[in-house]
Amino acid sequence: MQTLFLRGPSATLRMIIFVIISLALMTVDHRWKHLDAVRNTLSYLLYPVEYVVDLPIRLYYWGEETLSTQQNLLDENRRLRDLQLQSRVQLQKLDILEKENERLRELLSATPKTTEDHLIAEIIAVDVDPYRHFIVLNKGTNDGTYKGQPIIDAHGVMGQIVYVNAMTSTAMLITDVSHAIPVQIDRTGLRSVAFGTGQTDYLDLRHIPHNADLRVGDKLISSGLGERFPRNYPVAVITKIDRDTGETFIDVRAEPLAQLDTSREVLLVWTQNHEKAMPEPEQPAETPEEETVEKPAEEPDKEVVEEPVDAVE
Amino acid sequence: MLSSNLKVAILSLFVAFMLTIMPLPGWVVEFRPDWVTLVLIYWAMALPARTGVTIGWLVGLMLDVSHGAILGQHALGLMLVIYIVHIQHQRLRVASLVQQAIVIFFLLLLKQLIVLWVSGIVGHAPDTWLYFMPTITGAMLWPWIYIIMRDIRRKFGYRANY
Repeated sequence: MQTLFLRGPSATLRMIIFVIISLALMTVDHRWKHLDAVRNTLSYLLYPVEYVVDLPIRLYYWGEETLSTQQNLLDENRRLRDLQLQSRVQLQKLDILEKENERLRELLSATPKTTEDHLIAEIIAVDVDPYRHFIVLNKGTNDGTYKGQPIIDAHGVMGQIVYVNAMTSTAMLITDVSHAIPVQIDRTGLRSVAFGTGQTDYLDLRHIPHNADLRVGDKLISSGLGERFPRNYPVAVITKIDRDTGETFIDVRAEPLAQLDTSREVLLVWTQNHEKAMPEPEQPAETPEEETVEKPAEEPDKEVVEEPVDAVE
Repeated sequence: MLSSNLKVAILSLFVAFMLTIMPLPGWVVEFRPDWVTLVLIYWAMALPARTGVTIGWLVGLMLDVSHGAILGQHALGLMLVIYIVHIQHQRLRVASLVQQAIVIFFLLLLKQLIVLWVSGIVGHAPDTWLYFMPTITGAMLWPWIYIIMRDIRRKFGYRANY
């Protein structure tokens, strides 16, 4: 170790070997995505770092809860109770509608709409990469999360999980440049795909012809094509339509409804293809295993999927 | 077991990773210097016998995981930077801080370019010149990082390990 001149050729040789390993690793990771085990192992080492960074914020919330006055808590309690009462009234109606919907679907002998499981996850306050729209959640495989799992908040679809570790998972938001979500116009049932743009405030709807019936203010809901996102969750609202007759397609922008950069808590959704940790097989016959598409439903405009546009409107 | 230098090195890398993922207000996010690379460059200069290409590659792999990037992207960049520092450490050590900062600028630029190149191939390269801001802020911060790290090492690690 005390040599004046370090072993030069050996460092160069190692450099060349590592260049080759890196290139191979990147190819394997990008093409086949079989390196989750490596990623998981390394993320164990990173977990303490994430924990420490998140600690002040966690302490702040803890302090806010512990140090708030009784009056505040009582007020909040009353407000929440009122809210719960209102929600429950609405839920009663929804319950009846859901039953009715199910009956009608049976009459049509359409596939039964299964209910989804939910779990609340907290966003860990870490910045991943300023040019990617990733968030880190405090739930991992220990809680049964899986790769490709949709996440939503109180206002709409937020994104999907891309890497799962034991205690945390990384999710890609719908605004990330490499994300796309199959959607449907609430009013007309027109199907499209909303692409992330890398900007937090809008999504792009591509390949929409000039004669499409679209208006500013139309709501986009998830269409469930691609079998990754559950159906009928709000995604975005159309904010701008640019009909340039010189172009082949119109330029449509939509603003995501989910509060992508402010919510602290999100909801993990278990769709019908993936049962939650303790599986109770309901229809084991028709669960398609493992889809391998990265972007759900590449061009749904072209594929003719017969799907009833909501049995009950 | 662990020598005190190694403890200090691990702790400094831990802090560097913390600074890398710490949430910042939106307008400074793009200026955040590449702390991990800067700290590792320092250790490659100070303890070249310990901080070689292998360590550079492994730390780069951690950086990949923390960034949610393709495995190997930052690892390749960081490893090449550490390789250059490793073979040139004797020249770098005697250079003045300003000269060092200029070299560091090009080293950081090399890493940014490699990361950008891979992102471009995969298809999500950032399309703003702000992407290169960390290179400039990193080079500007280098003299302070160097002095702080050196003082920390002299205080807590023992000297003359090389």
